[in-house]
Amino acid sequence: MKKYTYTEKKDTRSGFGAGLLAAGKKNPEVVALCADLVGSLKMQDFINEFPDRFIQMGIAEANMIGVAAGLTIGGKIPFTGTFANFSTGRVYDQIRQSVAYSDKNVKICASHAGLTLGEDGATHQILEDIGLMKMLPGMTVINPCDYNQTKAATEAIAEFHGPVYLRFGRPVVPIFTAPDQKFEIGKAWMVNEGADVSIFATGHLVWEAILAGEKLAEEGIDVEIINIHTIKPLDEEAVLKSARKTGCVVTCEEHNRYGGLGEVLRNYCLLTLLPQWNLLQLTILLGKVVSQKN
Amino acid sequence: MTLNNTDLKRMASQVRRDILRMVYECQSGHPGGSLGCTDYLTALYFKIMKHDPSFNMDGKGEDIFFLSNGHISPVFYSILARSGYFDIAELKTFRKINSRVQGHPTTHEGLPGIRIASGSLGQGMSVAIGAALAKKMNKDHSLVFSLHGDGELQEGQNWEAAMFAPFNKVDNLISAVDVNGQQIDGPTDKVLGLLDLHEKFSAFGWDVMHADGNDMEGIVKALEEAKDRSGKGKPVMILMKTEMGKGVDFMEGSHKWHGVAPNEQQLAEALGQLEETYGDF
Repeated sequence: MKKYTYTEKKDTRSGFGAGLLAAGKKNPEVVALCADLVGSLKMQDFINEFPDRFIQMGIAEANMIGVAAGLTIGGKIPFTGTFANFSTGRVYDQIRQSVAYSDKNVKICASHAGLTLGEDGATHQILEDIGLMKMLPGMTVINPCDYNQTKAATEAIAEFHGPVYLRFGRPVVPIFTAPDQKFEIGKAWMVNEGADVSIFATGHLVWEAILAGEKLAEEGIDVEIINIHTIKPLDEEAVLKSARKTGCVVTCEEHNRYGGLGEVLRNYCLLTLLPQWNLLQLTILLGKVVSQKN
Repeated sequence: MTLNNTDLKRMASQVRRDILRMVYECQSGHPGGSLGCTDYLTALYFKIMKHDPSFNMDGKGEDIFFLSNGHISPVFYSILARSGYFDIAELKTFRKINSRVQGHPTTHEGLPGIRIASGSLGQGMSVAIGAALAKKMNKDHSLVFSLHGDGELQEGQNWEAAMFAPFNKVDNLISAVDVNGQQIDGPTDKVLGLLDLHEKFSAFGWDVMHADGNDMEGIVKALEEAKDRSGKGKPVMILMKTEMGKGVDFMEGSHKWHGVAPNEQQLAEALGQLEETYGDF
């Protein structure tokens, strides 16, 4: 098992804030919109640097999505910021019609996604957002794993033309990816090569997958860990190669089992790999990972 | 193409014929609101707006228009085709499979003149505001126009947008509401009353005007005045009184023709009331 260490923990939302500032410096068309959550979305540095390129929307998310769609018509690259819950479910029809179906270059950036949000409770811990967004036509869905990867992803989506859903969060998590990494949309990252089981992890749970891999290594299980930071479009080649090699697939994410990475991989693997799978092996291993974590 | 008031009326007659023939052809669509908004859109595209039918999505340096109540697509398509955005022959394909001229406007088929999908109501004002803000950021002094149904104002997003635009001095936006007092289930007063729209938009901070949307001279004058009132710190709202089904006597003033196509006999009767001026498609 490859050794991953870290010297610092930080929230992925701060990676977004840093990436937004960097993207803004690189491209004068980058603009930011926020629905009364500037502090939570870490947008203040961008606002300080580019006050004329920031639009405070107030607590009005539907209008924010529509205004962002309109801004693209004049050539702007709008980044909208609010919590994941209000970035997706609350404004689904606005995104569907005015952004996705209209092919508008809007970057929907969502903090406080998933269970790791913690204290705010169930109303805010959206577990359906990946599923909602991946179904939309032309929508790219990205869920980076640490501060550095979130910063790199934010810069990368500014250079990519098309609607994007970028998902990140509030808790501090270890920074274990390179600060100068190039983020390739749709290209999975091989965290650790192994032979017995493939763990496909996304977002904050990539670090948890590494911890699980270390424990399993002590038991003699050789774990392959792959970071699926881009859920749509899926790096099918990476998935297929690893699943064929190990014959056993586990997914790690903080999302409802319906609609998330797990469903994406299950559907893909069912179509391509089912005859080679050892489902019993998968169930036992999944149980082991869960029990050890608890 | 810029027309004088006499020719604007002749063009409106032709557009109304297009609307009826499109809806008849596929036995589907929304003639009522389309007929009611014909004079406004004719004035806008053939007199008021500076626009380029060779069509650039970004609309830089030209006036642009957003249709929020996308179900009145027949009038929008006819106006765009008659303005030279695409061939009028394409109007024949309205609502048919594989057509670019879909039931509600979309962009992904690449139909020139359409900058945003609409149909799910209440979204167009926000989009128009965004486009207007982009113009300001780009130091582009052209204008943004938008049209909304009165029933559509029951959608909450409109009021988020209505609050935002004056607060942020989006004064390069001229919106209009088609006040015909009708919606699918009946008169707006019976379905969900809008009460005093002048008071409401004024209270939100708009510069509110009134116009008779079915009087060509009146609507041209109102739009010209709205242009004069733009750039003064407030978005302009034209509350435009229209008659649903205007131009066809048996369709006028009722919600019954909101989304119903005429049969052959009704079409003939309706076309008999509207002169063919610029040639049917």
